[in-house]
Amino acid sequence: MTSSLESKLVDLLKRFRAGQTVALGRAISLVEDQRPGFQDFLHEVLGGPSAARVGFTGPPGAGKSSVLSMVAMNCRAQEEKVGVVAVDPTSPYSGGALLGDRIRMGDLATDPGIFIRSMATRGSIGGLATTTNEVLDLMDAFGFDRVLLETVGVGQTELEITAATDTVIVVLVPESGDSIQAMKAGLMEIADIFVVNKADRPGAERLVKDLRQGLHLKAATAMEISSIDDDLDPARITSESGIEPSNLVWSPPVVSTVARSGEGVEDLMEAIKAHRLWLEESGELEERRRVRQRVRVQDVMDRELRRIVWNSDAVLAELDQAPNRIRKGKDTSYSVARDILGRLLR
Amino acid sequence: MQSIDQKIRVLVAKPGLDGHDRGAKVIASALRDTGFEVIYTGLHQSPEMIVSAAVEEDVHVVAMSILSGAHMTLFPKVKELLDAAGANDILLTGGGIIPSEDIEDLESQGIGRLFGPGTPTTEVINYIQDWFEDQETS
Repeated sequence: MTSSLESKLVDLLKRFRAGQTVALGRAISLVEDQRPGFQDFLHEVLGGPSAARVGFTGPPGAGKSSVLSMVAMNCRAQEEKVGVVAVDPTSPYSGGALLGDRIRMGDLATDPGIFIRSMATRGSIGGLATTTNEVLDLMDAFGFDRVLLETVGVGQTELEITAATDTVIVVLVPESGDSIQAMKAGLMEIADIFVVNKADRPGAERLVKDLRQGLHLKAATAMEISSIDDDLDPARITSESGIEPSNLVWSPPVVSTVARSGEGVEDLMEAIKAHRLWLEESGELEERRRVRQRVRVQDVMDRELRRIVWNSDAVLAELDQAPNRIRKGKDTSYSVARDILGRLLR
Repeated sequence: MQSIDQKIRVLVAKPGLDGHDRGAKVIASALRDTGFEVIYTGLHQSPEMIVSAAVEEDVHVVAMSILSGAHMTLFPKVKELLDAAGANDILLTGGGIIPSEDIEDLESQGIGRLFGPGTPTTEVINYIQDWFEDQETS
C-alpha cells in the first residue's frame, strides 16, 4: 500500500468507527469492488460481536421484500438498529443490473435507523454476490443489532444463503403450490422457517397444509420429536419435552402472512425468536459459524487460484495454442489442460 | 472504457409530485443495458430520501427526472444535501421538462449537465461514462 492510499483508508476507518453512514456506504463499495486495501480494511474492523443474521429467499413475486420490510419495522419498534442487504441478478448480457428491491421496501426508506444496500450478483451464481459475506461482516462491525439479507429467488442454488445467515426464511405464495410437487429439493431443505405470504389469496390454506405434511414426513424419517402442532411454542421445544437441547431437531414452522397489511408478523417474529433460541441452546449456531468461516476461506482461495491461473501470460499463451494442438490429432482438451496445469504447478 | 471490475452505480430518482415515471424507467433500463447498476427510487421522493439512498448505496451518479416544473428548487436542494452529507463527489444530473435558460442556470450552480425531453439515451450514457473516466484518471 502506498502511503497516500493508506491515509485515505485510515480516514475512512476513523469515520466508519465513528458510525458515519457515509463511511459505511464507502466501505461497502471498497469491499464490493475489491479495491486496493480492502482486505486490510476488513482485517481492521472484523472480530467484534456478530449481529443476528436472517435471510429471505423464495421465488420471484412471493413478496420477499414486503415480508422483510415487515420484520424490519418490527425490529425497529423494538429499538434495534437494522442493516439490510438486497441482492439482485446481474444481466449476463450487459453486465448491468436493475436493483429493484429497495423500491419495494418503501416504508423503510424514511427510517434513519435502517440502512439498505442493494447489490448485484456480478456473475456469481449462488444467489449471493461474491462479496456479500464481507458486506454482511461490515454491517456487523458497524454495529447493527440485526442484519437482514434478501437474495435472488431462483430457488435452486440457494445454498449460499445458509452459510451467510443464521436463520433462513423461505417465502412462498399460494401460486407456488404447483412447484411444491416438483419440489425444488434445495429450497425445502434450507428453510428454517416457511412463510406463505399473500395468505388472503385462494390456495393459501392448501399450501400451508401441504408444506406441513411434507415437513412431517421429513421429520418422521429424521428423528423423534414432539408432534407437529399448528401452534408454535418455543418453551415446549426447549424445556417441557425433557429432551437434551443438543438432540433436538428443528422442525421448520409454516407461518401465514399478508405482508401488505402486516398480518402474521407476530407469528413470524415468534418463529424467528424460537429458531434463535434453538440455535443457541443446541450448539447449532456455533456450528453454522464454523462452517461459514471454513467456506469463506475456501471462497477466497477459489478466487485467488482463478486469478493466478488466468493472469498468467504463459497459461494464456498455451491456451491460445490449444486448438492447433487438438486439430493435429494427438491431443485432447484433457491432455492440453493437464500439460498447462502441470507446468503451472511445478 | 469501463474495466471489468468497475461498475458505475446510478440512482434514478423521481422527486416531488410527478406522477409519471415512464421516462425514468426508460433511462434506467438503458443504463442497465449499458452495464451500469441502477437503483430506481420510485415516485414521490423527498430530497432527503434521495440523498439518504444515494449515500447508503454509495452511487456515482444521481439522475433526477422532473416533469413538474419544480426543478429550480429540487436540484439545488438535493445538491445542498449531498454536499452536507459529505457526498459532494457524486455527479448530480438529470432531465425532464426543463427550459434551456433554467438548464444554464442550474449548470452554473455546479450541477451536472441536464437533458431536455427527446435527448437520445446514448447522449446521457456517453456523458456519464466520460465523466466517470475523468474521475478515474484524476
